[in-house]
Amino acid sequence: MPSYSYISLIPLLPLAGFVILGLFGRKYFKNASGIIGTGLLLISTVLALYTGYQYFFIDGKADDVYRSIMPLKYTWLQFNGHGAGQDTGVSIDMSVILDPISVMMIIVVTFVSLMVHVFSLGYMKGEERFPTYYAFLSLFTFSMLGLVLSGNLLQIFIFWELVGVSSYLLIGYYFDRPSAVAASKKAFVVTRLADLAFLIGILILAFYSGTLDFITLTDRLTSPTAELFSITTQSFLGVTMLSWALSLIFIGGAGKSAMFPLHIWLPDAMEGPTPVSALIHAATMVVAGVYLVARLFPVYDFAISAGLDLVTYIGAFSALLAAVIACTQTDIKRVLAYSTMSQIGFMMFALGVSGYGRMEEQLGYTASMFHLFTHAFFKSLLFLGAGAVIHMVHSNEMKDMGGLRKLMPITHICFLIACLAIAGIPPYSGFFSKEEILLAAFNNNKFVYAIGLVTSALTAFYMFRLYFSIFWAREPHVHGHHGEGTMSMKIPLIILAVCSALAGFVPFGKFVTANGVPLEPHFNIIFAIAPVALAVLGIWAATVLYKTENNRPAAIASSLGGLYRAAYKKFYIDEIYLFITKKVIFNLVGRPAAWIDRHIVDGFMNMLAAVTARTAEAIKGLQSGKVQSYAFYFFIGVAGLAVFFVLWYSNLVVL
Amino acid sequence: MNDIPLGHILALSTALFFIGMYGLFTRRNMITILMSVELILNSVNINFVAFNKYLYPDKLGGVFFSVFIITIAAAEAAVAIAIIINLYRSHQSIDVEDAGEMKF
Amino acid sequence: MSASAIVFYILGAFILGTGLLAVTTRKIFRSAVWLLFSLIGIAGFYFWLQMEFIAAVQIIVYVGGIVVLIIFSIFLTQQSGKEMPKPPLARTVLSIVAACFGFALTYYLISQYSFTAPLNPAMDASISNIGTQMLDATTEGYVLPLEVVSVLLLAAMIGCIVIAMKVKTQDK
Repeated sequence: MPSYSYISLIPLLPLAGFVILGLFGRKYFKNASGIIGTGLLLISTVLALYTGYQYFFIDGKADDVYRSIMPLKYTWLQFNGHGAGQDTGVSIDMSVILDPISVMMIIVVTFVSLMVHVFSLGYMKGEERFPTYYAFLSLFTFSMLGLVLSGNLLQIFIFWELVGVSSYLLIGYYFDRPSAVAASKKAFVVTRLADLAFLIGILILAFYSGTLDFITLTDRLTSPTAELFSITTQSFLGVTMLSWALSLIFIGGAGKSAMFPLHIWLPDAMEGPTPVSALIHAATMVVAGVYLVARLFPVYDFAISAGLDLVTYIGAFSALLAAVIACTQTDIKRVLAYSTMSQIGFMMFALGVSGYGRMEEQLGYTASMFHLFTHAFFKSLLFLGAGAVIHMVHSNEMKDMGGLRKLMPITHICFLIACLAIAGIPPYSGFFSKEEILLAAFNNNKFVYAIGLVTSALTAFYMFRLYFSIFWAREPHVHGHHGEGTMSMKIPLIILAVCSALAGFVPFGKFVTANGVPLEPHFNIIFAIAPVALAVLGIWAATVLYKTENNRPAAIASSLGGLYRAAYKKFYIDEIYLFITKKVIFNLVGRPAAWIDRHIVDGFMNMLAAVTARTAEAIKGLQSGKVQSYAFYFFIGVAGLAVFFVLWYSNLVVL
Repeated sequence: MNDIPLGHILALSTALFFIGMYGLFTRRNMITILMSVELILNSVNINFVAFNKYLYPDKLGGVFFSVFIITIAAAEAAVAIAIIINLYRSHQSIDVEDAGEMKF
Repeated sequence: MSASAIVFYILGAFILGTGLLAVTTRKIFRSAVWLLFSLIGIAGFYFWLQMEFIAAVQIIVYVGGIVVLIIFSIFLTQQSGKEMPKPPLARTVLSIVAACFGFALTYYLISQYSFTAPLNPAMDASISNIGTQMLDATTEGYVLPLEVVSVLLLAAMIGCIVIAMKVKTQDK
């Protein structure tokens, strides 16, 4: 059994990159920081691929079942257990877990991060704070790799917060723009609020199961032994503690993954540089919530009620809501942001409709992870392509673009491949993963299947609306004064396009399943007709409306009237949040709290000081400088003591 | 002298002590305070001598103690007068309330 | 009521009377003189107790030394004929109350105690005995306190001179 001793290098190399570039980058490595960051990450990627090769093909299986390996475990603090059958209690340790999803994730994260690093060499060239950018990117990569390799709940929470901080730093990279600063604060605050729920969920789970370690936790909470059933029998406000814990953990994941209603930060996060959006808000950080649910999936499935229902309905609703809003937006990055939210909704409800154990039931888990895998490729490709377009046109709005297929041929082809993939057209990767999701939904919950179908159609529609508006609709305004972009910007696009095209042919079910037993992928052609047909219909509608400039879209928009306006304004959700915080929370909670702080807490302290001062004023007369007064007080003291002792000795006073 | 019980002599000395104490509290002139202190010391002397005579007639401890108290009282009175003279030079008064600088 | 008892009571009244006058009179020189009489009364008391040596020491040191010193300082510091101001009434009352309370407490404690009579034969408090004991170096002797007191007197003497010394102002 080969040792995975190099596994800790995979996150630590980007951390070294962060430290070096952060401390010395601005002084010594002004131009070389990109090379250093990319180089370190290249080594990490190679190691990750090697680990994948090692795990999936050589070592991972025991009796034909992929098992969870923990190659590193360092116990930092050990508490004593108190429940029945628990001789050791919670222990806080640093551990690394290797199982199918974590190995898949490190491959995805390092690969996409490498593509973004290479792309940024050209995109961010000439930027004043170039080393700082690469330092932050390295920090983010370290945090994300740490998150996916975490073997226990507390460690995943630590890296969760680190990822949040890195995202804050990167979104607010252009800190002289107030909109960027506001967006980074919004992202951090919203995800932090969700993390509070996450922490409470962690504490509940740790309390009942007596451990934080994932392998032990899932064993204890899903075993049928009676002693740990208290988590399912004790209830609070009518809901079992297990449901509370899982729902709270899901809320934490929903914050990070931009599910309704905690999605408000994702469109604003597009204020950051575009390669950052490609890395964080498309491929890696936003899938952390999905990853978390997948990591705790046996427990979610075991929960007798509400465990996966919440996941399913929120995922499905977010998918549909985002798709509707994306049809109306004109900022290309915002369209892509809502598209991300929609696709993550797909991943979530795929997990939600999945079961654990039987072959047919588990399809949803595999489908969700497969979609995560392929989505990383085509979504980051879409964002990087959008970055190339923005680099050429110097604007984010669709109306400033058009006809760019003549000026940027390579970008055009790559973007088209990505759009076809996301729309689910065979034989591109998105088709395979989406088809499996819809099949899993069809087998378990027809209502969700219907929502998935409608959302797929809308996805095809708005993605091709985007494609046509950028590359077709009218003649280009700019005239290619600086070409398509450097080679460092084109190569990642090409590589990712190839991956998007071919990743669908990976027999994913053989590698990643909920319980480790390989799943035979079955391909149902009849079933696949419906989604593909709807996608083609969506593409046709987009062609008609957007390929050439005309007034049909405007006519449709005005005929839809209020609905169109609401969708354009993102259904006023931001305004509702603002109202709640300003009118409700500030006035009902903030003002009384400030009043209490100023008058009662401060007042108490002031009162103590005032009482002390007044008492001092009152008794300062005792120190009058008059010797005879002193002698008098002295005598009084002596007389008092004498009386006291006399009474004591004659037993009249009992001490 | 054995007709008088020891208690009467002790009453005498106690009364003298508290008369001296009254003078100590009441008088404003530093020299009169000194005189009151001398009265107190004398009452203590009476006590020692009486005890020696009545309770321990075979020893002379009380006598010696009284002698030493007298000696020390003399020394103390001398030092006190010196201090009073010094204070008189700086304050031009020997009223004890005029020397009340060490206060709040 | 034997004669010695009568003498004692007269002496006691004299001592207390003059003491009281010493602390209450308004004229300072008279206060010194009443003090003088009180001390003489106490010397008389020692004589009545047949402790002649102590009486002699009392007269020599206290009356002849300390009171004279006090009178000198009165002359040095103020006009002796002037009347002293009366103390405030509150202070007088409080002091009387304190003094009476102290006296009552102490007398109560003393009266509770029964003093046992001695068994040993009396030693004569003659000067030769006192002298012998004073220079005795054994544990019953008082030569060590004698030496210590002599050092103390030396220190007091030097201290008084230093404190009361007028510092010569330097002529510029």
